[in-house]
Amino acid sequence: MATTAHSEVPPPKGPAIETTKTKNKVRPGDRVFLGLSRGSGITLLVIMAAIAAFLTYRAALAISKDEGNFFTTFEWNPAGDPPVFGIAVLAFGTVVSSIIAMVIAVPVAVGIALFISHYAPRKLAAPLAYVVDLLAAVPSIIYGLWGAIFLVPYLGGLNKWLDQYMGWTYIFDKSSPGVARNLFTVGILLAIMILPIITNVTREVFLQVPRMHEEAALALGATRWEVIRMSVLPFGRSGIISASMLGLGRALGETMAVAVVLSPSFLISGHLLDPGGGTFAQNIAAKFNEADEFGRDALIASGLVLFVITLLVNGAARMIIARRKEYSGANA
Amino acid sequence: MMSQTIQDRRRPAAVQRVNHLSHARLPRWAQPAIAVASIAAGCGIGLAAGWHSKVQWGLLAAMIFVLASFVITTRVEGARQAKDRVATSVIWVSFILAIVPLLSLSWVTISKGIEVLDPYFLTHSMNGVLDAAPGGGLYHALLGTIEQVALAALIAAPIGLLTAIYLVEYGGGTLAKAITFFVDVMTGIPSIVAGLFILATWNLMLGFGPSGFAGSLALAILMMPVVVRSTEEMLKLVPNELREASLALGVPKWRTILKVVLPTAIGGITTGVMLAVARITGETAPVLLLVFGTKLINPNPFEGAQASLPLYVYEQYAVGTDASIARAWAGALVLIAFVMLLNLVARGIARWKAPKTGR
Repeated sequence: MATTAHSEVPPPKGPAIETTKTKNKVRPGDRVFLGLSRGSGITLLVIMAAIAAFLTYRAALAISKDEGNFFTTFEWNPAGDPPVFGIAVLAFGTVVSSIIAMVIAVPVAVGIALFISHYAPRKLAAPLAYVVDLLAAVPSIIYGLWGAIFLVPYLGGLNKWLDQYMGWTYIFDKSSPGVARNLFTVGILLAIMILPIITNVTREVFLQVPRMHEEAALALGATRWEVIRMSVLPFGRSGIISASMLGLGRALGETMAVAVVLSPSFLISGHLLDPGGGTFAQNIAAKFNEADEFGRDALIASGLVLFVITLLVNGAARMIIARRKEYSGANA
Repeated sequence: MMSQTIQDRRRPAAVQRVNHLSHARLPRWAQPAIAVASIAAGCGIGLAAGWHSKVQWGLLAAMIFVLASFVITTRVEGARQAKDRVATSVIWVSFILAIVPLLSLSWVTISKGIEVLDPYFLTHSMNGVLDAAPGGGLYHALLGTIEQVALAALIAAPIGLLTAIYLVEYGGGTLAKAITFFVDVMTGIPSIVAGLFILATWNLMLGFGPSGFAGSLALAILMMPVVVRSTEEMLKLVPNELREASLALGVPKWRTILKVVLPTAIGGITTGVMLAVARITGETAPVLLLVFGTKLINPNPFEGAQASLPLYVYEQYAVGTDASIARAWAGALVLIAFVMLLNLVARGIARWKAPKTGR
């Protein structure tokens, strides 16, 4: 219409007027696309909220009928009369096995990451990083199978040795005989499992250390170790912490490897080498098949506790990473 | 003793050069020599003490090595160099210590798995096979896993992709921040919790029985945040100039995203999705709760219990007979091969279609 009114005007102006007109209204394609993508994002939020809500709801159903104290009872018998169940043993086992895993895995993972980023011959470093990447993808059930058939008999000897020479420390005192299906073995297996994950993240952080920092230290006559201690580790500290937290999250929630390796019992024992104990995830997998609907609600209640714990751990890790991002403006 | 001999040989040379700027250094052969000596010592003591575990011999040898090189280097080169040497040895030792179990895992899985694995094993189910008897196969489990994972990917990939597009192309507001935070949180959800959630809603509340689809829902929950994360990273790598050039030509934003941004990043996005698929393929816990497992071939993921590879490994291990454990290893090998194949192809695509960032 506008073009016909100004018929004298040279043609190029025609389209120009049209675009200015259409600019004011949002194109339907854009609206649909924005709606779709925003909707997907909101779906994610809804799922998270639903997970929290439904787990809490079912857990509340179970806990309200629990005759024992949910947090301090050393028993898991939701089918009994009266139903009694508590998470004390599970919480203890989960925390202890994860602590063992972290104590072993973090220093070794940092060592491997340093090895790949600073020590390994150049030609070896890239394939090594690749292999570690692949190992992080090995399914946990395979770690479990290997742990149960290969690692457990192997650690029997180590257990005996620890009992003999370190027995005075109480925790390594093996008071009841039996194969090494204990929290200590679980801890070691978890350590092996989370090693590639922690290594990957840590290595990437180490590679981001500004070259200048390292070269400055070298120019001042620092040895390689001093370079690492003075420039690499301080720069990578928060990265190491957050990588460890991610690994810890994996260790806390690991189900199958623990279920396969541990011979569970509802006892808390400071003797780590004695068979027994349990973790949240392992208990759910082990008790699920025999549980009726109420029993499942009880398991969901324990799952909710696990959920909250992993949320806290992951939240802490994210906060540390976020803080690091603010610092590292220099090399962004 | 050893330090004495080394010092004796080294000192005269250093004196002759009279170089005050550089201090004495150990000769190149010193490290290997110390290594050989400490391995010999470790084995000797191990033999003498009658230790059975070769690991103890190795640990002892490693300790002697670290100690010896520390003492010798301190005497010849000084404390700082000695610390450096020790750090080097410790890092090497930690690397070797860590690589041993990982190598053992791969080796055991391959060598034990290959014993049972043959075309018959891949094409038959466990229908009518007794637990203790050899034979049978995992066709039903392979089929189940592929169907469940494909369904999960069909649900999770579009949602994850669109969410990442929202975060990168439209984001910036409070909603985007909230989504980013919760995607992070979601990454850390233990797989068993995702399984419990679907159990609480799909099975306990809506009253559906176990099925492959229920498993897929849980797997989709685990897959979504991974897809969002990796896609987000890839979209951020697309240079802004491309978007601006397209928009400047009057192309609508949605067409810019579909025709310019996504094709540029498609390699990385595919890689991310495939890695996410590889990750959920190995998840056992939700499958255990929701799919239940069966010995029979059930091609319908929406009705009735299905089998799945990781669950098959677990079940065969739990049975505990020789034949079933052999089957468990074979299942583990198939599973690991499946996952590794996905990984390798994904990484291949990433390398092949790496976005040109101008670096």
